[in-house]
This record gives sequence, structure tokens and C-alpha cells, in this order.
Amino acid sequence: MTEKNTLIARTQEEALALNVPLQEENNYTTLNLGPTHPATHGIFQNILTMDGERIVSSEMTVGYIHRAFEKIAERRPFYQITTLTDRMNYCSSPINNMGWHMTVEKLLEITVPKRAQYIRVIMMELARIADHLICSSIMGVDTGAFSGFLYVMQEREKIYEIYEEMCGARLTTNMGRIGGMERDLSPTAIKKIKDLVYHSLPKVFAEFEELFDRNRIFRDRTIGVGAVSREMAMEYGFTGPNLRAAGIDYDVRVMEPYSSYEDFEFDIPVGHNGDTYDRYKVRNAEVWESIKIVRQAIENLPEGPYYADEEHYYLPPKHSVYHNMEALIYHFKIVMGEIDAPVGEVYHAVEGGNGELGFYLISDGGRAPFRLHFRRPCFIYYQAFGEMIKGGTVSDAVPIMSSLNVIAGELDA
Amino acid sequence: MTEAPPGYEGPGFFATSLDKLIGVARSNSLWPLPFATSCCGIEFMATMGAHYDISRFGAERPSFSPRQSDVLLVMGTIAKKMAPVVKQVYLQMAEPRWVVAVGACASSGGIFDTYSVLQGIDRVIPVDVYVPGCPPRPEQILDGLMQVQELAKNESLRRRNGEEYRALLESYNILEKDDR
Amino acid sequence: MIDNQRLVEEIGGHFGEKVYRFEENFGILGFSTAPENLTEVVAFLKDHPVLKFNFLTDITGVHFPDNEGAELCSVYMMHSWENRIRVRIKVFLPIENPVVPSLTPLFKGANWMEREAFDFYGILYTGHPNLKRILNMEDMDYHPMRKEYALEDPTRRDKIDDLFGR
Repeated sequence: MTEKNTLIARTQEEALALNVPLQEENNYTTLNLGPTHPATHGIFQNILTMDGERIVSSEMTVGYIHRAFEKIAERRPFYQITTLTDRMNYCSSPINNMGWHMTVEKLLEITVPKRAQYIRVIMMELARIADHLICSSIMGVDTGAFSGFLYVMQEREKIYEIYEEMCGARLTTNMGRIGGMERDLSPTAIKKIKDLVYHSLPKVFAEFEELFDRNRIFRDRTIGVGAVSREMAMEYGFTGPNLRAAGIDYDVRVMEPYSSYEDFEFDIPVGHNGDTYDRYKVRNAEVWESIKIVRQAIENLPEGPYYADEEHYYLPPKHSVYHNMEALIYHFKIVMGEIDAPVGEVYHAVEGGNGELGFYLISDGGRAPFRLHFRRPCFIYYQAFGEMIKGGTVSDAVPIMSSLNVIAGELDA
Repeated sequence: MTEAPPGYEGPGFFATSLDKLIGVARSNSLWPLPFATSCCGIEFMATMGAHYDISRFGAERPSFSPRQSDVLLVMGTIAKKMAPVVKQVYLQMAEPRWVVAVGACASSGGIFDTYSVLQGIDRVIPVDVYVPGCPPRPEQILDGLMQVQELAKNESLRRRNGEEYRALLESYNILEKDDR
Repeated sequence: MIDNQRLVEEIGGHFGEKVYRFEENFGILGFSTAPENLTEVVAFLKDHPVLKFNFLTDITGVHFPDNEGAELCSVYMMHSWENRIRVRIKVFLPIENPVVPSLTPLFKGANWMEREAFDFYGILYTGHPNLKRILNMEDMDYHPMRKEYALEDPTRRDKIDDLFGR
């Protein structure tokens, strides 16, 4: 599926010599759907061999934004790797951050208090909403409808404002700390979250869905295009909305609940055919489910501390650093990297915007990991793209790529 | 609406020098080529949105064709594998062209001081404006675009054919016969 | 309900001496096997009527420079959705000849994961349809994730190591 047209025999002698069937005079052209991709998805190259309008085969090249995250991670102490995880799936960075923190907490055997877990759930679900909003609106842009994108970016700006209340940054958030969160949900943040999930987002998103769901042109371009069967999805290692659109209800939040997800009631939306329209619908349904989760979390937010009382790993509050000798010593040790992690090997997975985002960490007792490997969902399911576009046209290949929600930062890591 | 350049006005006519007029026209209709590779690209998408509208600065039509755009906005990390592509896109642009390196990765490699990342796009193409940040806020990207507008407004019409510019291109091994 | 103890019994009972070094790390059972037995073990886990390890989560490589004769390790993570249990298989390989059979006949998703392990560590997967570099440039002549190579590009001129604390 990723190989070029290899042996082509043009004469009978060649056919006998190479032991391949005789190829009639073919007029295959080569089209470079190249790295500077007009649909602003990220940079991958697809060299398509086309028979007129139909795609015969494709050769995929990735690695145009390989930044060697895994090698950098062997150099950085644990709390500095959070900034690297931000930049993997940059449309939903809090999920990556929290996943990394949970991996380290598993290694260090720290339990995080309930309030911090609920705050983490709220931030992760808002990140998931943001990721799906971008994906669905860019699918609209790719099929020619620009205004849905503008409506939805406005809601994304509101989510950015909530991130700014929590951690100070809009996109690459570096949110949370090992052992909890860095600050509590302020009253402004709670008000903004409630405004978002009760008033503005449901209305705007319903209007966005109305633009596309029964739109004749959108449906003609997406129904039946790029269908993935259940067996193919499992063989290729699909996870996340792409797998759920094919009909399998695998969700890491339900399979191995983490960070109090078992306290919340939500459904897992599942599609029928695994085509582009199903992927779009599954993502939209997941936005509604995430809104439900955020509502439940913000209504039932428990009281308590927002960080674990682990002086070895969580920076003590500033006023006690200035007044208490012990806190001063711990602050120094944590910042200067004199606290070592225990030896161990841990794998933790979270449900990212695109599927199972796994962190495989081997620690040898130093301040930096010995080996850190990110199980990136985009990298694994993008392999199937070559097979999905075979036989279609180029104008089908573009919505298929945008419906898969490949994010280059995560693919190349 | 923009301010008219200084000139001599009368009933039914306005006289000013040609380069000022062309400067005003160019600076208010810079069509960008968003070369978005990673996170800064998402901040550009936010800049394109309705909140931080970029089209009010004249960048109404982001085109992905280098032949039809004026400003090359390189947003995101450029890996060494991608550097020849950036150079080829730059070569295909028609004069006058400006380059903005948006973000820390495009300016100097950013936090990725590794074997696979190009430490700044000014290793391969000449850059006019650097916008720092990781990622820069949309207001900062707009400020970068406004700097390009200042450059476009005050540029002499002979600059692109002059000795200094030619020497600059030669220092990057961009010779005239490579222009396609 | 399948738990790690049952896994040890099933796998150890079927394969005997071919699987060894069972360990449990934070709830996930791991064991090692020799390269020539890998395909058999994975096929057993995938086709077993009770264990049903239907999903290959990840393939990655690790470099242990201190293990003489077994420096490179190819790590496979599998997941059984019906039984909600994961397992980790490690295959240790000598650095002079790191050859292990490819899992692409069993799981198509192993294709790119093995290319990535080859790109970073130089582990050779026999039977792979297209084993070339995937993330780095094609003409790179070393395997960058091995411990002996530096993170930074040695040819860069603008970052002075002293000022950056290296």
C-alpha cells in the first residue's frame, strides 16, 4: 500500500522475463500532493500515481517536521518534559500534559486529590472539544465552506481564555504539575466555563451542525468516501474517533479509567461505515458528550486541595518557602534537580483527541528518563491512508485526510 | 482607510511621487502565503478568525500559490528535511517578496536544538521580520505584519534590482538564473 | 476474569523454556523471548480463543549500552480489549546483528512502527516490505537514538556550547 508501481512490462518479452502480466500502454501521471499542503493540516508528502482522475497508488513520506522529541526527553528532567508534550498534539495540549503527569505520578506512586482530578477532567474535555472543533471546521473548509470555521474559532477563543485563566498560555499550555495543578480554578474561570458549556457553545455548535449535517454538497462529498471496515481498522492500529466511526467502541476513558472518569456518565458515539461522514458525525457527537462531562464536573466539583502533599515532587507554596527551612530546602532540591526518580518501567495511556496516546517511560533512577517513547495515534493510523485513497479521486483524498485529523506535530514527534 | 501620502492636491487630481503611491498600495494589500508547519500555524488560524481579523490589514486572500503571494509567513519548526522545500517556495515567489519568520522555531530553532531541526530559516532564505514567541499571540503576528507594511511602504522602487539586494541573494546562493 | 497470573500460566505452559524473565511493572506483565520465537508467540496470543490479544498497541526500541550481547531491545505492547489486559514482550538483540522477524504479516499496523525502530536504532526486521528510514532524512548514515550520539547537531555554528551550559 505504500509502494510505487514497480515492475511494468511493456512488451511480451519483458512480461515473460519479469514474470509479470503485460501492462497495456498506460498513461499514468504522477502528482505530488506535496509538503506545502494547501489545507493547513501539517506537512506530509503523498506522491500519487494517477490514471486520469483516479488514484492508482501512493507513496507517503513523513518526517518533514521531525523534532526528535524522544531524544530531547532523555536530557530534560521530568517537569521540563511537559513543555515537549504540549507541542505534540498542539490542538489539544492539556490532554498531552495531563497524560504525562499521570505517567510520572504512576511511577512515583503519588495519588492526586479529587479536586485536582476533576479540574484535570474539565481541562482535558475542553481540550477535546477544541480539537474536534478545529477538525470539523477544517473539514468544512476543505470542501469549500468557510463560514463554519469562523463561527467555531470564536468558541475556540473562549476556550483559550479559560486556559489563560488556568495557566497563562493560549496554545502550548504546560498545564498542571506533577502531583496536581499549579493553581486552583479561580471564580472567573468557573464563570467562564459555565457560560461556555451552558450558554454559548451549545447554541453555536448546533448552528454549525445545521450548516453541514444535511447539506447536500457536504454529504455528497463525504458519504461513502474513504470507508474503513472494522477489521481493517483493528489491523492498522486505529484508535480514537476514527476507530469508533468504523463501529468499535474502544475508548481508553472507559477501558482503563483514569483521573476519576468513572464518576461521570457519558456515552461513546459509534458510527456504521467508517467513512468520512461518520468520522465527522462521531466527532460532533463527542463534542456533545464532552459538554455533558464538563457540566457534571463543574456542578460536582469537590472541595479540597488542588495538589498532592508530596514535598519531594511538588514545589511548596511560596510563603512557606520564605518562612520555613524545610520548604526552602525542598524547593532548592526540586528546582536544581537533585531529587531522583525511582527505577521503574511504566506505560500509561490517555484518550487523546485522536486516540490512545501512550507514554512508555523507563527510568533508571536519574533526574531525566532513560527512555521515553510516545505512542502517537496519528503516526499509527496514518499508515492506512494509502489504502483508503486507492481508487478514489484527488478531491476525495483531501476530505479523507482532513477527516482523519492528522496533526503533523504528533505524527513526526 | 489609510492616510494619503504627502502630495499636491487640487480639484479632481492628486499629485505625489510614484514610489509613495505604490508603497501605499503594496503595503495595504499584502497577500500572505501561510507556510504553516506546526503550532504557530494554529495561532495563525486564530489570527485569520473573526476575533483577530487579519483581512483588515489587507491580507484578505491567503494563497497557497507562491506565484500569487507577496509575503511568505513561515510559521512553525522547519526541519532539515523541509529546508529545500522552503527554499524552492521562496524561489518561486515573484518580486517584491517579503519573508516573516513567525515563532521561535522559525527564527532560531526554538526549543529544539537537535540534529534534525534547522536552527532558523535564515540559514536558507533571507528574512525581513522575525516575530518571537512560542507561539506568538495573534497580536504579535499582526504586529509582525504591520512591520512588513512599514517596509513595503518605504521601500524604494529600485531596491530589488540594486547591488545590495543582489549581494544579499548571492550570499544565500540564490542566483538570478534560479528564478523560475 | 483473566489476570496476570492466568497469563503466566497460559503462556508459560504453552511455551515452556522459550519465554523467560517474567516481570510485572505497575500492573502490566512483561516477558522476554528469543527473536526466532517471536512470531509464534504473537500469533498464539492473537489467535488464542480465551486470551484474545487482538490489538498491537506499540512497537519500539530501547538501547541499553551496558548489557553485553543484548544491547538493543525491541519492545512490543499488546492489548486484549475483551479481557482488558495488556502484555509487554521484549526481544533482546546483540548490537552487531540485531535481526528479528517482522510482525507485518500478522498486524498491518506494525509497518511504520518497525520502520521507526529501524530508523532510530538500526534494528533489522526481516520480512518487512519496505524497511527504510521514515522520520529522518534518507541519506543519514547513523542511527540517532543510540546513546553514543549527541542530541545537538555537531555542525551548527551559532550556538556556543559554553553559554548554553554544555
